[in-house]
Formats: sequence, C-alpha cells, structure tokens
Amino acid sequence: MPELNLIEAVNKALAFELAADENVVILGEDVGVNGGVFRATVGLQQRFGEQRVLDTPLAETLIAGVAVGMASQGLRPVAEIQFMGFIYSTVDQILNHASRLRNRTRGRLTCPMVLRAPYGGGIHAPEHHSESYEAMFAHIPGLRVVIPSSPARAYGLLLASIRDPDPVIFLEPKRIYRLIKQEVVDNGDGLPLDTCYTLRQGSDVTLVSWGAMLHETQQAAEQLVNDGISAEVIDVATLKPLDMQTILDSVSKTGRCVIVHEAARTAGFGAEIAAQLLEHGLLSLLAPVKRVTGYDTVMPLYRLEEFYLPGVDQIITAVREVVEFG
Amino acid sequence: MSGPQRNSNNARESITSFDIHFTRYIDNDGKVVGALPDIAKDPDALIPLYRAMVLNRAFDTKAIALQRTGKLGTYASSLGQEAVFIAVGAVMKKQDVLVPYYRECGAQFLRGVTMTELLLYWAGDERGMDYAGPREDLPICVPIASQIPQAAGVALAMKYRREPRVAVTMFGDGATSKGDFYEAANAAGVWNLPLVFVVINNQWAISVPLREQTRCETLAQKAIAAGFPGEQVDGNDVIAVFDRFSAAMEKARTGGGPTLIEAITYRLSDHTTADDATRYRSDEELRTHWEREPIKRLRQYLITTGYWDQQRDEQLQQKCELEVEQATQAYLDTPPPEPESMFDYLYANLPGALQPQRDDLAKKVKQACQS
Repeated sequence: MPELNLIEAVNKALAFELAADENVVILGEDVGVNGGVFRATVGLQQRFGEQRVLDTPLAETLIAGVAVGMASQGLRPVAEIQFMGFIYSTVDQILNHASRLRNRTRGRLTCPMVLRAPYGGGIHAPEHHSESYEAMFAHIPGLRVVIPSSPARAYGLLLASIRDPDPVIFLEPKRIYRLIKQEVVDNGDGLPLDTCYTLRQGSDVTLVSWGAMLHETQQAAEQLVNDGISAEVIDVATLKPLDMQTILDSVSKTGRCVIVHEAARTAGFGAEIAAQLLEHGLLSLLAPVKRVTGYDTVMPLYRLEEFYLPGVDQIITAVREVVEFG
Repeated sequence: MSGPQRNSNNARESITSFDIHFTRYIDNDGKVVGALPDIAKDPDALIPLYRAMVLNRAFDTKAIALQRTGKLGTYASSLGQEAVFIAVGAVMKKQDVLVPYYRECGAQFLRGVTMTELLLYWAGDERGMDYAGPREDLPICVPIASQIPQAAGVALAMKYRREPRVAVTMFGDGATSKGDFYEAANAAGVWNLPLVFVVINNQWAISVPLREQTRCETLAQKAIAAGFPGEQVDGNDVIAVFDRFSAAMEKARTGGGPTLIEAITYRLSDHTTADDATRYRSDEELRTHWEREPIKRLRQYLITTGYWDQQRDEQLQQKCELEVEQATQAYLDTPPPEPESMFDYLYANLPGALQPQRDDLAKKVKQACQS
C-alpha cells in the first residue's frame, strides 16, 4: 500500500473524483499547469484537461462566485484559494450566497461546492499566509467546515466533501502537508462528515483539537503517560456541523477537557466546545475546561511564530492543571 | 513574448482605440430615427412587448400600493425602466438562465416567474424564490453586483457542457463600480463566455448620481477593458434594446463570447419604497424624464403606425389590472410559511446537531399558538 503525505492524499482524492464524476471541476489560481503552489493539483490538468482543471484570473471573489454559479447549475466545483489570508474576499459569496442558496430557493437550487484553502502557521510563510480563521466560517449557518489532520482523513474527508450536496469549506493544515506519511488506500471511500474521530483512548482527560495542532496534542498525550496520566485524544475534523456527542461521551468518562487550537482564543472555536460542555456536560466535569490556543494578537511574522503557536509543553501544563484541580 | 509587435520607428504611438455605439430607433416623441429593424414593422412581435410593459407597470403600481397600505415589505420599483426588462425577457430563450438583481420583475415574468411569487418574495417569504417556471434561473440578488461572478459561473457551466445556452445578468450603474463586476467581466473575456451583461443605467444608485459613480463617458466602455464589446442603447426604446440585445444573444449562443449592453434609462421611482428621492433630486429633472418614458413612447409609435388604438389600450389596461388583482389575491390568500421551514432547507439533510434547535422552535410555535 502506498504511503502518502497529506498533500498527496488531497491530490489522490481530487484525481479519484475527477475520474468518477464528470460534474467535478477544479478551479483556482495556478491549479493548472503549475499544479497549485503546494502541488495539490499536480498532474491533474495534464490528465483531465483544461476544461476540468481550470486556471482562473487572479481574483478570489470571482473564484468563489464562479463556483457558486457552477454549483447552482448542478456541477461540483472544487475551488482552491491559495492561502487563507486571501479567502476574505470570498466571504460575501460564501455567506450571502453559497450557504443560503438552498434555503433561499426552498431547495430549487443548491450549492454543492468545496472551497479548499491551506491554513495555519508554522512554515515561515510571508505575512497574511499563516492565520487560522476557521471559527469565522463555523459561524455561518448552512456551511460545513472540515479540517483534516492526517493523510487518510484528508483523502476520505475531501471525497465526502466533494460528494456532499451542500457547500463545504475544506481547510488544510499546511504545516503538516508533508510532515506525516501514512498508508492511504486510494479506493474512493469517503469518511463521514458529521463525526469526530477518537485517535487515542484515555481515562483521565479528554484532549480536543483539529488540524495541525493534533500533532502536538498527540505528542503531549504520549509524554503524559510518563506522568501516569491517560489522555483521550479527539480530532474534531468536522467543526460544522459539530459532533458534540463524541466529546460529551468522552468527558463523561474522563471528567476533564483541554481544547487545543492555534487560532486566537477569543471567540475561537474552542469557546463553542467549552460552552456546549458547560451546557450539556457540567455534572461530568471535575475541573474547569481549559483552552490552549494562539494569543489574541495579530499572527506575528515568522520570526516570532513559534512563540505564538501553542506547543507540547503548554498542553502538558494545561493537562496537569486540570488533573490536579481541586 | 506576448504584447504588441511593433515595427514602427516612432518612439510613441497609438496602439489601440475604441468606439462606443449608441442605438435608438424611436425617439422621445415616438418618431422613427433611421432604418428600422424588422421587429419594428411586425405588430405581432411588437404588441406583446407593449402588453408586457403595461403589465409590468400595473404590477409595479400595485406593489407600491400594497407596501403603502402595510400589505407588502420594502419593494424596488421598475418604473420607467420597463422597456429594458421586457426586451431582455422576451429575447431570452427558455433554456437560457437569468441571473438577476432585484428590479427586473418584468423580465422575470416573461421567464415564467409569477407575480404571486414575486409578491411573496417582497412580503418576506422564501417561497417566492422557488420559481415554478424557470427552475434554473438564479433568485433575486440584493448584495450589489455579487450575482455577476455567479453569472460567469453559470455561463462557464454552459460552456463546459457545450450547450447552446446563454446566461444573462442584469445590474445597475452603481454595480459597475464594484470589483465583482470587473472580476466577472475580465473572466468572461478570458474564457469567451456565453454571457450577456445588461447594465440598467438609470442614472442613480440610491442618492448617488452617475457623475459621482464614474468618470467614464460610458459604462459600456468598461467592457473594452475586459476585451469584449460594449455598446449603449436607448433603454427607453424597446425596439433598440430588443434589436441590440438579440444580436448580443445570438453572438454569445454561437460561440462569439460576451457583450455588455448599457441601457440608458431613468429611475422614475424612488430607489425602493423605503427611499425618498425628493431629498436628492429635483422635480424638474424628474419631469424631464417622464417625457421620455418608454411606455408612452411605444404607445405613440404603435398608434402612429396604426398597429394600436385608444380603445384597445383601455381594454389592455383593464386586463392587466385584473391580472395583477388576481395574483395579489393569490398572494394574500397564501398561508404563512411553517416556522420550522427555516431549518428544512438549510442542508440536504438536517444535521443531528441542529435537531434540538428545530425542536425548540417547534415548542415556541406551539406556545405561540396556545396564547
């Protein structure tokens, strides 16, 4: 079985679905002959042609609007925004149109599109290339927000996102594009879009994270074994709609929860999970829910980004605090 | 290397230039200017256009009256711009797709959208966008210009499927100041899309006049920058709009790419029923434009040519009012939507995470019914 990294898994999923469904069209800046700046679409234009894998003019509002228009006519566009820092001019199209088309027309028109974008810090990228604004999209009714954390989940979740009848924001943690290799079966199997994935069983604390931070979260869980602390690790994977039940079930067992994300803390998606834990799981809690997150600062340029991003030590400290609480 | 290949010895020379044409066949007084196209000599083609314009205005009058008496929400009138909307709606074929803004009810009626549906929409009911007729037409679009990139996507889908269909998008003069317009026009040029842009230049974007919107002499020339033709028509001359828009549609349908048509017209109404145009424009300006309005102009032409008479006009007027009354009654008789429907079209299948909220709403509805 071939071992693939995350970006190769994205490429495999795109290729599989281009071959399987002629309604799938890929569009974006440099996705054609260049194969995307991260090579997500490498080889696809050569294999499927310029009609199926389309370089667009350099205009993000256009990319999103064209995707909405194509999707309204029954195609399944997969649009790439080169970096999350350039995604904001698509928000009008996503919020006012993509997320509402089905509702506005009582199901007459739908918007089965995927908007892919690499996100997050840690690769020493230039300004505006390293932010994590997943919470902004998770706030918009009618969308799905999906974030893979491994090659296998990238493959399965992207296939499911392309096949989903509703618009999906698919955010790819670029820090781990090439960090991990994993066996990925290229058999076209999608993964469910409404469930968290429990990556590690544990009994003392539940660690909840998504995207690249799962890497540090799992390292922390591993090291905590030495302290005799058994941590359960949950990959949220589909932020919207959120499978809160898996998290609640885990916390009802462990009694403690630490949420880890690299986005800024205030009104970050961790706040939603913490709020729901209090609403539905207060009596299971043995300690306050803790968050380990990026700071409420502007994402610094890369000489300081390692100080901005949460690290293994911070996660371990937070876990110790909740375990030793009370 | 791309770019102009130049052999001249001049250091500096003109390498491109452009013309913008303006077309008008019937002047403000209903008199013929120049050689008329065939449509102008065919009463069987012309009278349906006139009928549709009169119906458009009857609907408009009724919608405003309903709003003023508290039976309709904010409404955007098409008063004075009917010729453009009707010509566009009449020329488009069933298989084409309209990507509208919010003022062109006349075009939508000819596409098969019902008056009852549009009344429901302006009365705050999503069911008014579930058009029973043109299933693939986009619904009304309120955020200015945001429909234009979508129209490029619709046209790209047609091109991708190699269908002989055309997408048409309409928008006002204000929309041509937005990036959405420029981005979509640019892409339409690059991709040679089967797309016709119709700018309803009604001189006002709420309170901002055209001279504060652009320093261009025409809006049509903005197409030139995108690499395809733009032209002006007298938007109050239905024959001119019909003729030039037909040519643009034919060109787009046969692989000739996009065209932009700037229809010069005038918004005789307030921007919407929530606006008061007396705050920013003079009575005198308004009076001048009432003299140029499209329905009177076409009526004059039809009567002069002997295609039409006063008696038939009165009958038509009554017939249209009756039709509008019937549609209004159907709208007023439509029960309100089920509150739970706000959840039922959010996703193809309601995610489990949302079920408790839907249940909560159902409880709220039940309590409201009991009290």
